[in-house]
Amino acid sequence: MNYHPFVIPFTVGALFLFGVVFYKFYAWIAALDRKQKFMVKQNIFSFKTIRAIGEIFREALVHHNIYKKNPVLGYMHMSLAFGWFLLIVVGKIKASLYAGTFFEPPWLGIFFNFFAVDGHAFSYGEMLTFTMDFLLLIILSGLALAIIKRVKSSLLGMRKTTKHSRFDRIALSSLWFIFPLRLMAESTTASLHGNGGFLTNSVGHLIPSAIAPYAELPLWWAYSISLFVFFVALPYSRYMHIPTEVVLILLRNWGADTGEQLSGYTDIQLNSCSRCGICIDACQLNFAAGISDVQSVYFVRDARYKTLSDEVVNNCLMCGRCSNECPVGLELTLVRQQFRNKQEIPGKFYYEYTEPVESKAGVDVIYYAGCMTHLTPSIIISMKKIFEAAGVNYWFMDEDKGVCCGRPLRQQGFIQQSKNLVIKNSRIINSARAKLLVTSCPICYKSFREEYNLNLPVMHHTEYIEGLLADGRITLNASNVTVVYHDPCELGRGANIYEQPRNILRNFSLIESDYEKENSLCCGGSLSDAILDLRLQLKIRDHALGELTKDKPEVLVTACPLCKKSFVHGNKARVMDIAEIVAGNLKVIARKKQSVRKEELQLV
Amino acid sequence: MNKADVVVIGGGPAGIEAAYNLARDNHKVVLVEKEKEIFGHMQTAYTLFPNFQDASEIRSSLLQKTKHGNITLYNNSEVTQVSRENDFWRVQTINGLDFIAPAVLLASGFKTFDARYKEELGYGIYKGVITSVEFEEMLKVGKIQTANGEKPRRIAFLNCVGSRDEKVGNHYCSRVCCINAVKLSIEAKKQLPEVEAYCFYMDIRMSGQFYEELYRKSQEDFDVNYIRGRISEVAPTIDNRLQVKCEDTLSQTPLKMTVDLLVLMIGIEASEGTARIGEQVGVNGEYNFSKSISLHTADNKTKHQGFFLAGTCKRPLTVPETMADARAAALEIDLYLKSLSQ
Repeated sequence: MNYHPFVIPFTVGALFLFGVVFYKFYAWIAALDRKQKFMVKQNIFSFKTIRAIGEIFREALVHHNIYKKNPVLGYMHMSLAFGWFLLIVVGKIKASLYAGTFFEPPWLGIFFNFFAVDGHAFSYGEMLTFTMDFLLLIILSGLALAIIKRVKSSLLGMRKTTKHSRFDRIALSSLWFIFPLRLMAESTTASLHGNGGFLTNSVGHLIPSAIAPYAELPLWWAYSISLFVFFVALPYSRYMHIPTEVVLILLRNWGADTGEQLSGYTDIQLNSCSRCGICIDACQLNFAAGISDVQSVYFVRDARYKTLSDEVVNNCLMCGRCSNECPVGLELTLVRQQFRNKQEIPGKFYYEYTEPVESKAGVDVIYYAGCMTHLTPSIIISMKKIFEAAGVNYWFMDEDKGVCCGRPLRQQGFIQQSKNLVIKNSRIINSARAKLLVTSCPICYKSFREEYNLNLPVMHHTEYIEGLLADGRITLNASNVTVVYHDPCELGRGANIYEQPRNILRNFSLIESDYEKENSLCCGGSLSDAILDLRLQLKIRDHALGELTKDKPEVLVTACPLCKKSFVHGNKARVMDIAEIVAGNLKVIARKKQSVRKEELQLV
Repeated sequence: MNKADVVVIGGGPAGIEAAYNLARDNHKVVLVEKEKEIFGHMQTAYTLFPNFQDASEIRSSLLQKTKHGNITLYNNSEVTQVSRENDFWRVQTINGLDFIAPAVLLASGFKTFDARYKEELGYGIYKGVITSVEFEEMLKVGKIQTANGEKPRRIAFLNCVGSRDEKVGNHYCSRVCCINAVKLSIEAKKQLPEVEAYCFYMDIRMSGQFYEELYRKSQEDFDVNYIRGRISEVAPTIDNRLQVKCEDTLSQTPLKMTVDLLVLMIGIEASEGTARIGEQVGVNGEYNFSKSISLHTADNKTKHQGFFLAGTCKRPLTVPETMADARAAALEIDLYLKSLSQ
């Protein structure tokens, strides 16, 4: 009879866990928005599901992404997750072989050594016992690392680790007890019956034979109770990420989109956070400004437990560094945006006084400088010079008057107001029937790309200038000026424009910085954080400036008027927009030659 | 190493006035000035508010004072190092001068805000955008004109450029620009009666004696217009004039205006010397201005014995305030030196 009352806590806990988890899954999937549901239906029976299963294996079990960023941390996660998973699977196989049926009681695999005191008297018994001991050893080594991480995170290469909630502490403590208790229980049984493997038998030998008979049952009870506590705490603790991440990976592979409004997919993302704290180290508010309680890990936690404060939602540069580093791949900036979006405020249009802009027909290119570029007139002058040099038939849409692209409002959550601006601008742009829209501001660029439905392609001036250079419509004088390039958040991480500016800057002496491309820093001037104290903003700027100008470049080049304005005040190096440095080095060619070439060129 | 009773750093109104008063009390004063010429910012002044006194009169009076027998003036002598040596202060300069004295007076003054930081205002980009200092120089030579040498039809003055501005990190009010804009607009109207003058402001702060009266007078007698709003953008027009944009916050409407000259009323910041010496000696306060030991009761003393402050190295001050402060500093130093000899 493979039963003893001590299996009850485990069994009850496991039933509770499965009940709660499946209820939650059901509720979230029911709360997906229409588009997300459509994507699920569309892709559930496709190759994408197989790809997702591969990813589940790689990320939920092996934790490949964490391993890539920090091998020790990766090993810790892998040993616990994959080790435990295998322990359950191998335990199940072992129990089935022992019982001679696939439908043995579920606890048999878990408490196998207690019931199977008759040693390895079944097929592959010896080998399976060895495997189980080996897996337990791996898990225990991971556990040791986890304890070290909690006590001193710097030993595992982390500057800061997450501060935990009460449920997390309960779950964490029980998790820490589970495997040592299992080891002790199995070893005690092994010392009495000799049914252990290399690990449990060895430990069993160390247990005095006088104590073993009395210690055996209490240890199995304790093991079962620790499982019970962990199972019951799991759905309310960060460990909910273990089952949820599986659903997240499936949905992501099926093409679910975070979207504008909160949905079941938001809940799934919130619950998939393991609170590893990697985002804290990635966040400039932490390492440059000393704020360590608003990072994505805390935002996600508070959002999940519905204790979100305005401070946590709004004190964020939305630079995307955390999303970039997140090993689970959560779309943290987009989720935060969802919580910023205001539902109750009606869409009052604040720009009634603006005079309508008459669309100009018959041009090839529309140039939209954007509000921020109007605050940096040298960029506008440079762009005019470049257009002229390339002989472009363009229309400067917001030269005299114009309205904002809408993105700053959107980032503060005024979706409806932002949409009004989108409608207004779209009408002007689309009715011009031009071939290309060029903007100087990465914020506008992202807005045009993502929020507008335009009848023409959009380019940021970095892309456009690169094209003009590649097609020989403008050429640059050779220059030895040393430059370092700063990737603006919205253009780099936001729109993946990394190579174009670098191609342009090959004409100069380009120095690399430690914070390139995806790893680039925010200049501190982000429009997305309306509550950050100015002094802290300046700290962020000065830190970024210090890093960028380490190798003493003559010019710090960026491609965003806002970054330029932030850095100019920092007084560390000459700051120029990429359009300025190009315009300043234009080689003047005879206009005639150009107009001939114009016919054959792609760029208008 | 040369010995002196006092080394005064800075040959502007504060430094000269203090040096003169110390010299009259029979102290040997060394006055070091970093520039070729003395007078500091008084050099460029045309007239002084609120009574339109000719600045050249002030300059000649100051020049006279430097001629006192107890004063030795050194030009082109930027101070590089101020250090404490036993009970003395040692002051070294860029041209190799080396003084030792029981007392030092810091009168290193202010610098004006670099308007290029506010790129949206177009300074250094559009020729019609000038600073209040440059406009004062135009008044001085009697030639108010645009870059093309034409007479301006409309002049705009913009207050608070680099003052009360979070974005450039200066939260404080520079105190003198409001009244200075009133003075400049009146002077402009005196020289060019046909010109239209507009002052753009956030608040008009007329705190000094006769300031409010002058503000009224500028409107009643000189037809100067005041618009409450900060200019946000400047752009060129086709005919090479300037279009300024702002919100008229009293009527709550956006406003565009074409002007020929835009005069930026640039604010006051601690000069580089003030910041550097303050840092060396350890008397740096907010915004790099130097900090006295007590604003109310010992505003010329610092936490270091024998190291004194006078004038705009402490905060934005008007000319009369600066001169009075310099005399007070001279008195403090006199008492200090006497206490040493007893």
